[in-house]
Amino acid sequence: MSAVAPAFEFSTVAYLTRIGNQSATTLAEFLSGLEECSDASIFHHTYQTLGSHHFLTEKFSNDFAQWVQADANRNDLAEQLASLDIRDYTSIAALRNDLCRIVGDYCNTNPKLANQSALKQFFFCESMEVTFALGFSASTLDEFRAGIQDLSHSSFFFHFISSRLRLQLQTNDFSYWLTNTLGLNTLAANVNRIDIYTNTLESVRAKLLRLIDFERRKA
Amino acid sequence: MTETLIQKRIPLDQYAALLGAGEIEELRALAKPLRGRSIGMINSTAVGGGVAEILTRLVPLAEELEVNIQWEVMSGDDDFFRVTKAFHNALHGAPYHVTPRDFEIFLAWNERNRARLPLDAEFMVIHDPQPIALIDDRHDSNRRWVWRCHIDLSHPNLAVWDFLEPYVSRYDAAMFSSPEFSRQLPISQFLFYPAIDPLSEKNCDLDDYFVAEVLARYQIDPERTILTQISRFDRLKDPAGVIRAYRIVKRYFDCQLVLAGGSASDDPEGAFVLKEVLREASNDPDIKVIELPAWAPLEVNALQRASTIVIQKSLREGFGLTVSEALWKRKPVVASAVGGIPNQVIHGQTGLLAHSVEGTAYQIRFLLSHPEIAKNLGDQGHEHVKENFLITQKLKRYLTLFHILTRKT
Repeated sequence: MSAVAPAFEFSTVAYLTRIGNQSATTLAEFLSGLEECSDASIFHHTYQTLGSHHFLTEKFSNDFAQWVQADANRNDLAEQLASLDIRDYTSIAALRNDLCRIVGDYCNTNPKLANQSALKQFFFCESMEVTFALGFSASTLDEFRAGIQDLSHSSFFFHFISSRLRLQLQTNDFSYWLTNTLGLNTLAANVNRIDIYTNTLESVRAKLLRLIDFERRKA
Repeated sequence: MTETLIQKRIPLDQYAALLGAGEIEELRALAKPLRGRSIGMINSTAVGGGVAEILTRLVPLAEELEVNIQWEVMSGDDDFFRVTKAFHNALHGAPYHVTPRDFEIFLAWNERNRARLPLDAEFMVIHDPQPIALIDDRHDSNRRWVWRCHIDLSHPNLAVWDFLEPYVSRYDAAMFSSPEFSRQLPISQFLFYPAIDPLSEKNCDLDDYFVAEVLARYQIDPERTILTQISRFDRLKDPAGVIRAYRIVKRYFDCQLVLAGGSASDDPEGAFVLKEVLREASNDPDIKVIELPAWAPLEVNALQRASTIVIQKSLREGFGLTVSEALWKRKPVVASAVGGIPNQVIHGQTGLLAHSVEGTAYQIRFLLSHPEIAKNLGDQGHEHVKENFLITQKLKRYLTLFHILTRKT
């Protein structure tokens, strides 16, 4: 029998938004901002905003697409930016490359539109984070379920969404632990498949709990 | 010590019932490393105004988390507050011919307060321009001083801003209610939203009988559509524009309009605007112009809860927390895209934005035609407020800021 399996340590994150000194009023300026802003800024406008708008399930995926649609009035470009799925990325650099490529291609194809003024400025902000342990852990599937049931939205976001960047894997903390500690590969894969764009964080949690309950009934 | 109106402490568990136990456990975990460290909050008024209203709720909540927090109010005479009121308006962009004497008065009262107030907390939070020069008392570089600005500084009167900016630059950080309100500064700037307390009298759940009693008192028919704008009688809140929008809506839907705001007795311009509004509304019994007492939170709460749609048709706005109050009550909101309102109303997601009388009327008609969409907007608006504009979130931001400032030490 192997040594005691590592427990799942529940942690959470608190974000503070730092207002940057960069802003954009045209798509050309927006592209420059995307190229030059910090990684914390790309994170803020994509990952973190998804967490803070977790209750919306349609027409909202990231701040960049939102500004392009609502203020720059370029629906076609907004749709391309909105279609980026942060689960496909394990680094901010890769996400930034795709954002710049999409906006750059659009500006090259539509040079007149690139310098049109938007209704409102886009302000590049950054997320500053404080992570901390919640002081409880899980060693069994039952304890894991109990921990998830009452988890705050921030903690859920931390383990389920932003964890990809930390792990640098196409998975999340929950699935990673289910696979590597409990050996529940199918459950882990099903958890990782839950769509965070068409669900609220609460409905993601409900699906996750249902999947765990299904697994418990099998045991 | 200054008399402040700290509210009685509300046990955190009461918030847990609204927000979930996990959210409160997280606040406790975030506060734990800060226990025993001192925080000082300083503003210029104990009562009246949004800052005092927030601090009366924030301070006892922080105490519930065993954080050592002290709130003090600076003192000043009529001359000082005349100058700071002029500064306030000038920073919002109003014309103002500032004189050297104004600066002298401002600095003299800051100096007197430096001698009077305890300024030795580990984290000093200074609210708005009035006490800004207290920073002159900062001698220990290990103590952290931050400036919380509740004013829109996007188009300030430069004579006033150029005087204040060197003081701001000596703080460790500044906090603004919107990125648009910030300035280019050599210090870190953070986004800090104003907040409402879901357990305060203005936002707590109400008995249906009380709501019905308030409607009866003001002769509002609960069986018919009620459109409401809650705001003081001020041209910048555009009550005349609201009446014009209502009249367009009335061509399509039977409805009543409620315009309710605080007493205008101490505000000559407010009294004048109220008269205009009454004159405008006089021939229509379905327009209810209600002059509320200066502090009538339960009546405001009841009127918001009874509304079919809440309107905030401001021409200019600071943050406009009445929008969050309505959204918390799951009310569909139609509001102008000014000031901090678009932070609260994400168009088509948590409410509808408009840019004109006609646009406001159209959005109201749209929601009255599609009650299921109106309900969805109200529900999503409630979640938006829960996530971003509650007093618990505000406290969380402060605690996070103190952690970040500690990291910099």
